[in-house]
Amino acid sequence: MEKETVDARGLSCPQPVLMVMDKMRSLGKGKIEVMVDTDTAKENIVRAAESQGWQVKEIISEDMEYRLTLIKE
Amino acid sequence: MEIKNFFATRKGIIGVGVFIGILASLLQKLGNPGNMGICVACFERDIAGAIGLHRASVVQYIRPEIIGFVLGSLIAAYLFKEFRPRTGSAPMVRFVLGMIAMIGALVFLGCPWRMFLRLAGGDGNAIFGLLGFIAGIYLGTLFFKSGYNLGRSYSSYTSVGWLFPMIMIGLLLLYIIFPQIKGQQKSGIIFYSIKGPGSMHAPFLISLFVGLFIGFIAQRSRFCTMGAFRDLILFRHTHLFLGIISLLLSAFIMNLILKQFHPGFSHQPVAHSMNLWNFAGMMVAGLSFALAGGCPGRQLFLAGEGDADAAMFVIGMITGAAISHNFGLASSPKGIGPHAPLGLIICFLACLFIGFSMRKK
Repeated sequence: MEKETVDARGLSCPQPVLMVMDKMRSLGKGKIEVMVDTDTAKENIVRAAESQGWQVKEIISEDMEYRLTLIKE
Repeated sequence: MEIKNFFATRKGIIGVGVFIGILASLLQKLGNPGNMGICVACFERDIAGAIGLHRASVVQYIRPEIIGFVLGSLIAAYLFKEFRPRTGSAPMVRFVLGMIAMIGALVFLGCPWRMFLRLAGGDGNAIFGLLGFIAGIYLGTLFFKSGYNLGRSYSSYTSVGWLFPMIMIGLLLLYIIFPQIKGQQKSGIIFYSIKGPGSMHAPFLISLFVGLFIGFIAQRSRFCTMGAFRDLILFRHTHLFLGIISLLLSAFIMNLILKQFHPGFSHQPVAHSMNLWNFAGMMVAGLSFALAGGCPGRQLFLAGEGDADAAMFVIGMITGAAISHNFGLASSPKGIGPHAPLGLIICFLACLFIGFSMRKK
């Protein structure tokens, strides 16, 4: 499965969710890796992904950043 | 997976809205002005007056709620390891948007928080403010859809995130060093209203602790009155919207219990019935909150968790309050200020300039 990346670090609301929603829409299904650096953005993206039927497979936190893996088969 | 943040759940955001509604009504009962248990715009304006940035003698007081919001958020951010000192996402634009937001809010006489409290207190004029607010946010979402973006912020020194909370601690110290003297307009270098809304306030320590508590839970829940409508319009997400609905309902029920509900359009406390301008003021404010990514409360909570760009927005609002009162843009219960129409038009054009010229794609 090909992996697409969205780098939303440093962007404020609603930018990260807009970017991820656009990506989910254009891909339809697959795997997206999202990078964010606030808990607000992380929570918003989890909520947005679940509302679109995507699964949050993994959340890795590494020094003040989060790497989320979203999947839809 | 990781420990869930309870406040970020559906129950959490509803709980936070309920708490804010109840506490706002109680603060009014304890002395804050009518339908103004909490008003971020009004309270920042009172702070601007207290330090002499404007000389409208009826609206001068160091409001501890504002200090509490920032410091409560700071404490929550540290406890939950979310303090992120950051800056660099067009701070100048955020300053200007803050000024515009305040000018618009003071034409209506209230920030979105107070708009809901005015509705919960029976003030029908606030309906026009609400319609304007939604219209402004809708315009903002159109800019977002066409690529509007203020760019990334970058992590910075811890002290960058501390500067704004330190200013809040400074205000607290000023209050302690120059406490209010009954019947006196000035205590040392600090101004105090002896009549008008600025003279009406709940006991200082109660206001401070309520502010700290709300700052804490709002940081955890990301409560935002602008985001509530923006997410609904942009994504059909109802999460934040549940927060403001529960605020409205809980304040309404509390007002009924405390006999603070007085439905009508005329003689509402600290309000006017020039409803075209109530609409226009909140439309301009709503648009600038949308372009800046948060309502005035949310900007305070962000500033508390280290976002120095949000702090610039707040300082812009305080500056805007001074300009509003010095230039005759701010409304009073008699109606709008003499220069409000021209001021609002300029502010609206400035928002369009920002929205159109700061697009990536």
